[in-house]
Amino acid sequence: MIPAILNWAETEAGQLVLFGALKILGVFSVVMFIVAYAVWVERRTAAFIQDRVGPNRVGPLGLLQPVADAIKSFLKEDFTPAHVRKVYYWLAPAIVMIPSLLTVAIIPFGSLLGGQKMVIADLNVGILYTFGIVSLGVYGIVLAGYAARSKYPLIGGLRSSAQLISYEIALGMAVIPLFLIAGGLEAPAASAGWQKLLAGTSSLNLGRLVSWQALHGWFILYAPVSFVICLAAMFAETNRMPFDLPESEQELAGGYNVEYSSMKFALFFMGEYANMVAAAALMTTLFLGGWSLPVAGLNQPAATIGAGLLHIGIFLAKMCFLIFMVIWVRWMWPRFRYDQLMDLGWRRFIPLALANIVVTAAVLWIRS
Amino acid sequence: MQDALFYLFAFLTLVFGFLVVANPFSRNPVTSAMFLVLAIISLAGLFVLLHAFFLAAVQVLVYAGAVIVLFLFVIMLLDLKAEEQRKLKAAGVAGGVLAAGALLAIFLASLWAASRDPAAAGGADAPVLEGGTRALAKLLFTQYLLPFELVSVLLLVGMVGVVLLSKKDLK
Repeated sequence: MIPAILNWAETEAGQLVLFGALKILGVFSVVMFIVAYAVWVERRTAAFIQDRVGPNRVGPLGLLQPVADAIKSFLKEDFTPAHVRKVYYWLAPAIVMIPSLLTVAIIPFGSLLGGQKMVIADLNVGILYTFGIVSLGVYGIVLAGYAARSKYPLIGGLRSSAQLISYEIALGMAVIPLFLIAGGLEAPAASAGWQKLLAGTSSLNLGRLVSWQALHGWFILYAPVSFVICLAAMFAETNRMPFDLPESEQELAGGYNVEYSSMKFALFFMGEYANMVAAAALMTTLFLGGWSLPVAGLNQPAATIGAGLLHIGIFLAKMCFLIFMVIWVRWMWPRFRYDQLMDLGWRRFIPLALANIVVTAAVLWIRS
Repeated sequence: MQDALFYLFAFLTLVFGFLVVANPFSRNPVTSAMFLVLAIISLAGLFVLLHAFFLAAVQVLVYAGAVIVLFLFVIMLLDLKAEEQRKLKAAGVAGGVLAAGALLAIFLASLWAASRDPAAAGGADAPVLEGGTRALAKLLFTQYLLPFELVSVLLLVGMVGVVLLSKKDLK
């Protein structure tokens, strides 16, 4: 029995399943850890900005607060109001969580570790997969609003669907220049690491995009307009301030999650933070060079285990910086009005993104 | 493995498709729309089995992610009480069966023609549409450029029409 399993682990399929499972386990635990502690960082940061103390009772510096919150959510009464649509009411919190976890699957979070590519699924339609899954994220909130069968949640759900569709278009068009620029990437012939990283990839692959940035410099320098549009769209897609209109508590008393309590509410809460993690990981991959750092040879694929781990550390550091920035912005900016949000999305960002594509293409054409 | 997955996705597509139009448990339009999402995702699974990854991703992105979200948006803004109580009408069922039957006839006719004469249906030197985006883009911008541009004109006409219809008073 055991020799048979060991033999199977030596085959190509066995290796794929084994390392795939390990990577999924690793990525999932890291994402969940960051989700838990992003909430703590948010509360401490908010307290600091507003000259309060914040949660500092559970453990040193309040570091065990996420544990206390989890226990509280599980032990609270799980109340289902009588007037809700039961099936959708139960489905919606799960649907909020799933897309953000699926998005992380194709993010290259490191270069190579022991000869393995540090990405769960190295898809050649990479960015299209991401947008496909991100666009499914709206269903959780829309269904929560619909399931509640009351007015504020429904308005929240409607706002969410309009907002997400509007900013998806801007987001999709803003990343086109990146793929135009990185299109003709060739692997440096002398390096086995590059060959391994780039073999069999085609132009929409996210790993290729990171490789281009490692070789030539980060996209935030080459495509700053795209970066600004994507950053704003990231706030809108994750329903974060200043675009958190679906749940704006002053007008809608919490919007789509009004009718939810205990762990179901906690799932919406975790879904929001998991979305933030996924969006920050995507922004790091697209604009901040992913695992690469242009010092001390760290923009080459890792040859040793140590360098491989360092690349993963660099990626996580960039990602956490972006998450912190999102949290920081929430306590610094007032909320947009709804018509301003739509105006910004349709009348400013989409024409700007189109012009950006044309200008980038023209510059590339002149220089070629 | 491939065959098993094909039958699984084909079965799921058919079941979800059936539940979109004739759900015996619920006449709720939102439920229909959600089953349409599931049908489209199963269809994307079939595209993946054909190695048409681009089509699969775009299928989910455009239909499941955008078109049906707009459906939901509209459904939620309408008064659904009347719709939920409406019974299936004989004329509607007949029209649906006719349309589906006509589509089936076209498929069967083309399959029959292909089995009789593989070359006419584009046998060996037929353009390969599977794989990534490169092959698809190449065909769209060379061999099928005119139909491609005509479709975009059609979409433009549709857009102008919507703007015209949604303006209450023309200035």
